[in-house]
Amino acid sequence: MGQETKVRTGARAVMEVLQAEGVELVFGYPGGAVLPLYHELAQTSIHHILVRQEQNAVHAASGYARTSGRTGVCFATSGPGATNLVTGIATAYMDSVPVVIFTGQVPTSMVGSDAFQETDITGITIPITKHNYLVKDVEELPRIVKEAFYIASTGRPGPVLVDIPKDVALAPCQAPIPEKVELRGYKPTYHGHPGQLRALARLLKESRRPLLFAGGGVIASGAEGYLQELAEKIQAPVATSLTGLGAFPEDTPLSLGMVGLHGKPCANHAVMECDLLVGLGVRFDDRVTGAIEKFAPRARIAHVDIDPAEIGKNVRVDLPLVGDISCVLKELLALVEPAEHPEWLERIKILRNNYPLTYGRGGEVRPQWVIERLGEMTRGRAIIATDVGQHQMWAALFYGYTEPRTFISSCGLGTMGYGLPAAIGAALARPDRQVWLITGDGSLQMSMAELGTAIEQGISLKVLLFNNQSLAMVRQLQHFYYEGRYTAIKFTGNPDFVRLAECYGATGLRIAKQEEVVPALARAMQEDGITLIECLISEEEMVYPMVLNGAALNEMLLPE
Amino acid sequence: MKRTLSVLVENRPGVLTRVAGLFSRRGYNIDSLAVGRTENPTISRMTIVVDGDEQIIEQVCKQLNKLIDVIKLSDITDDPHVGRELMLIKVNADPAVRGEIMQIVDIFRARIVDIARNSLIIEATGDADKIDALENSLRPFGIREVVRTGKIAMLRGAKTKGMEASGDGTGD
Repeated sequence: MGQETKVRTGARAVMEVLQAEGVELVFGYPGGAVLPLYHELAQTSIHHILVRQEQNAVHAASGYARTSGRTGVCFATSGPGATNLVTGIATAYMDSVPVVIFTGQVPTSMVGSDAFQETDITGITIPITKHNYLVKDVEELPRIVKEAFYIASTGRPGPVLVDIPKDVALAPCQAPIPEKVELRGYKPTYHGHPGQLRALARLLKESRRPLLFAGGGVIASGAEGYLQELAEKIQAPVATSLTGLGAFPEDTPLSLGMVGLHGKPCANHAVMECDLLVGLGVRFDDRVTGAIEKFAPRARIAHVDIDPAEIGKNVRVDLPLVGDISCVLKELLALVEPAEHPEWLERIKILRNNYPLTYGRGGEVRPQWVIERLGEMTRGRAIIATDVGQHQMWAALFYGYTEPRTFISSCGLGTMGYGLPAAIGAALARPDRQVWLITGDGSLQMSMAELGTAIEQGISLKVLLFNNQSLAMVRQLQHFYYEGRYTAIKFTGNPDFVRLAECYGATGLRIAKQEEVVPALARAMQEDGITLIECLISEEEMVYPMVLNGAALNEMLLPE
Repeated sequence: MKRTLSVLVENRPGVLTRVAGLFSRRGYNIDSLAVGRTENPTISRMTIVVDGDEQIIEQVCKQLNKLIDVIKLSDITDDPHVGRELMLIKVNADPAVRGEIMQIVDIFRARIVDIARNSLIIEATGDADKIDALENSLRPFGIREVVRTGKIAMLRGAKTKGMEASGDGTGD
């Protein structure tokens, strides 16, 4: 036994790379084929978080990565363990989150034989990973794992999967960890092309109504400081995408907030009226543009992104600029002169006054109002994880983000069930910060079992659950697009969520009246551990503004 | 609009799947794809003929470049290049018409590589136009089977599209 442990196996080599990469946490779920990794993991100081289902391991790793800016790591076994990861991987891929996923695989001699718990997970995940590997030779393992971290975290970040057959993990491995990664087919462009940079500076100078549009790329590259500097230097308002929330402080006069089908009215109007739109680390998703042919009709569009394939994919671009947002903005700041746009900012002020963000009709407790109070009470500085549904849009519109990496949400894929595991990852990444999960009864029930994980980890987490006993975003779609024929949206068998929290050993609170809101939020802020606040709301609430299919961004439906 | 892409890729298992999957997933049309290893055994070259408008071709190139296993990509359509395809064609050939077929084969500088009682296999190389023309000329005799490789291409002159050529593989 003592003799055996001295052999450096493939699994041991994997741990060496994890430690060299500074990995502190691994989220995962064990099973037969991945046990060699677990056997070695136990010998390291890396902390393992045992989730309740593999999908949530990826979500938690993704929440950890988004909050910390570091690469999240997760383990799962072959077969069902691996296929359970798929939604989590796709979620991370759509939002460009750096995650490295290790899956166990059946022994190489059995690969391709439909063995017990065998699936072709590299084949399955080609479209939803930045890259993936099936490791056949143990001597390649250290290089591959190192490459996986490099690919996941550089350029446009994304998930990378490494599938390791059991015999490969157990085989002796002599290969050292390479010092450098050499990938002849992967060389992201970081610095902006000087000519294109000058052209962008010229466009900014000529513009009377410039608008900066910041996305997740600003946060991924840590460019928020440069963005703020640029906005102030040229006095340009800043709107963000959903993933871009927090890239620019919303409590400043130049901030317009989120653009899109549920964007803030003045941000949407600004897009339609600007003469220059500078997209920074955005991909002009269909939920941002509305009817694409009506998007930003008066504007020249400059698009800065580290991924050349995003430029010109969805919208016509007058000025493409490939590069890392931080590098490009730093280089650009040296080229632009200070500018003023008093007329444009006056116009923005008028738009803001004429089109305030309002709630419309609803029940006794207004979720929008609750989120506004939460924003005030936490001064916009809590980390907010969300699920997907109406509450996600309210959390995006009414909280008021002031810092990057504080809005953690499945934006591109729209994965219900993301919130709780992502919040757990966020709480583990930033134990010094208050972490709130804003969720709904539909989404929470998709990953509710992770309450057990949260309790086990001893984290502090506040859950604000809006319960309308229905899938009200679907209801809203049926209201607008399907003649109000409400189908398959009612939950009649929901648990008592307060007691559910209590049976996990968490604190449960219920809000049924407006006057209970502030005391409940205040109490949750005081509590350590897990506090779940169930807030009863009307299923008839709507998310406004709403841009209907085929409409332009300024043709929003607003509450009466 | 048909474009000819010359793509250097890592000579590894799964690379063809990644490339082919990308085309089907994003709805691009592959006209032909030919792949084989290069003078460097760790590198394969794919010659891909793809059909689409300018915007689609641009996306195809950018998306291909994003694949880690794609080392370098060039659109050589507008560069002077030699483009060749290989076709094997099995055609009905009663003794009565064999002479006529052999004349056609001569005209196209093709070769007869197998002969049976009532059929011939003809091997031809050339650009797509020539191959198409040969196929059309043989059609009246009755074509039993056609196997085509898809186009492979090489730049004319001393220029290469190999690893030593300029460019960093990011394609922008």
